[in-house]
Amino acid sequence: MEHDRHDDHASELSDMQLRTRALETILLEKGYIEPAAIDVLIETYEKKIGPRNGAQVVAKAWVDSKFRQWLFEDGTAAIATLGFGGRSGNHLVALENTPAVHNMTVCTLCSCYPWAVLGLPPLWYKSAPYRSRAVADPRGVLKDFGVDLPKDTEIRVWDSTAELRYLVVPMRPAGTEGWSEEKLADLVTRDSMIGTGFPKNPGDAS
Amino acid sequence: MNGVHDMGGIDGFGKVEAEPNEPTFHETWEGRVIAMVRAIGTNGGINLDMQRFSREILPPQVYLTSSYYQKWFLALEQSMIARGMIGADEVEAGHSLHENPPLKRGTFTMKDVERVTTRGSFRREPRLAPAFAVGKRVRTKNINPVTHTRLPRYARGRSGTIERINGCHVFPDTNAREQGENPQWLYTVVFSGHDLWGDDADPTLQVSIEAFEPYLEPV
Repeated sequence: MEHDRHDDHASELSDMQLRTRALETILLEKGYIEPAAIDVLIETYEKKIGPRNGAQVVAKAWVDSKFRQWLFEDGTAAIATLGFGGRSGNHLVALENTPAVHNMTVCTLCSCYPWAVLGLPPLWYKSAPYRSRAVADPRGVLKDFGVDLPKDTEIRVWDSTAELRYLVVPMRPAGTEGWSEEKLADLVTRDSMIGTGFPKNPGDAS
Repeated sequence: MNGVHDMGGIDGFGKVEAEPNEPTFHETWEGRVIAMVRAIGTNGGINLDMQRFSREILPPQVYLTSSYYQKWFLALEQSMIARGMIGADEVEAGHSLHENPPLKRGTFTMKDVERVTTRGSFRREPRLAPAFAVGKRVRTKNINPVTHTRLPRYARGRSGTIERINGCHVFPDTNAREQGENPQWLYTVVFSGHDLWGDDADPTLQVSIEAFEPYLEPV
C-alpha cells in the first residue's frame, strides 16, 4: 500500500506496541519463548543480514570470471562460499543483466525476497503498487525509480512464487577498471540487485 | 484462494514510493513481531505455507489497510487462537490464563535462533521423473482453490515455456493445510507479455513464475 507507512498513525502505533507487548507476555508466561532469544533474532535481522552481503557477491562476480560462471550455474553453492545462505538462502539463483536483458524480481503473492543476501525487504517491495504493477508494467515501475531502459532491452520479470530466491547481478559500471572488490562493492546498491536500479557510477562512490 | 493478496496485474494502487535510507524496522514492535512469528512457526509447527495462508485469510479490508507487520501480527494472533495455543480471553487480558501443552519443539531459546536463520531447504528427493522437459510448451491450469496456492491468478490458463527444472519441492497447496509435504517437481515457466496481457503488453516483456507440476498441463 502506498500508505503503508507507520509514522502518520500515531494512535495506531501505540496500539500496536501495546498489543505486541501483550502477546509477548502471554507467550513468555506460557513458556513458548525466551525473550532473550527473540532479541538475538531481531539483532540478526538488523545487523547480520543486509544488502552489503549481496554487494560482495556482485563485486566478486565483476572481478572473478570463474566465480561469475559458477554463480550463474549454481548460485546457492557459489554464494555459500562467501558465508551467506540460510533462511530463503537455500535456493539462490543469480540473474545476469546484460545490454540485451534487464532482470527484475517481485513477489506478487506476498513478500518473498533473498533475505540472506539483501536483508529484509524494503516497504515498497512489499507494497501493493509494486506487487501489482511489476509483472504488467515494469517499465512504468522503473520510471517511478527514475530508471529509463533502452526501448529494445528485453525486460524479464521473475515472480518469486516458490522457495527460489533471485539476486540480480547488474552490469559493472564503466570506468572501474582495476578497482578492488571492496571498492566495487560500494557501488552496488540494493535496488540494482532487485532490478529496480543501477549501480552507482564511479564518481558517486563514497 | 482468490484473495486480495494475489496482486499481480491489479490497477489503481498508484506509484511505487521508495523511502530513502529506510531502517530495517520503523518501530521496535515490528522486529518483535517478525521474531515471534519465526519462533512460534519453527517451534510450534506452523510451517511457512500455513503462515502465508494465515495472512491471506485476513479480511480484504484489513489486508489492504494494515501495515505489513500489522498483518503479520494479526495473522499470528489468529492462527495461535485457531490452534488453541492461546485464548482470545488471554489476548483480551494480556496475560496467560490457562495451562497449555508445550510447543512441539519446546520453548524457543537461544539454541533455536541459529535454526531459524539457517534452516530451510524445501527440496526433497523425487520419486518420479519430471513430466515436462526444458523447452516444452505447457499451459497452466485454471484452478481456483479456496485454500492456499502459489499459482497467481494472472498466470492461470496461460501458455508458457518450461525454462528450467528446479528439483522437487514441498508442495505449498497441501503443506498449508497440514496435508503433508507432498513434494512436486518445480519448474520455471516463462510467459510472453502478450500471452499474459494481450495486445497492449510491452513487446519486450517476459514474465516467469515458479510452477509446481500439478499446476501444469501439456499444450
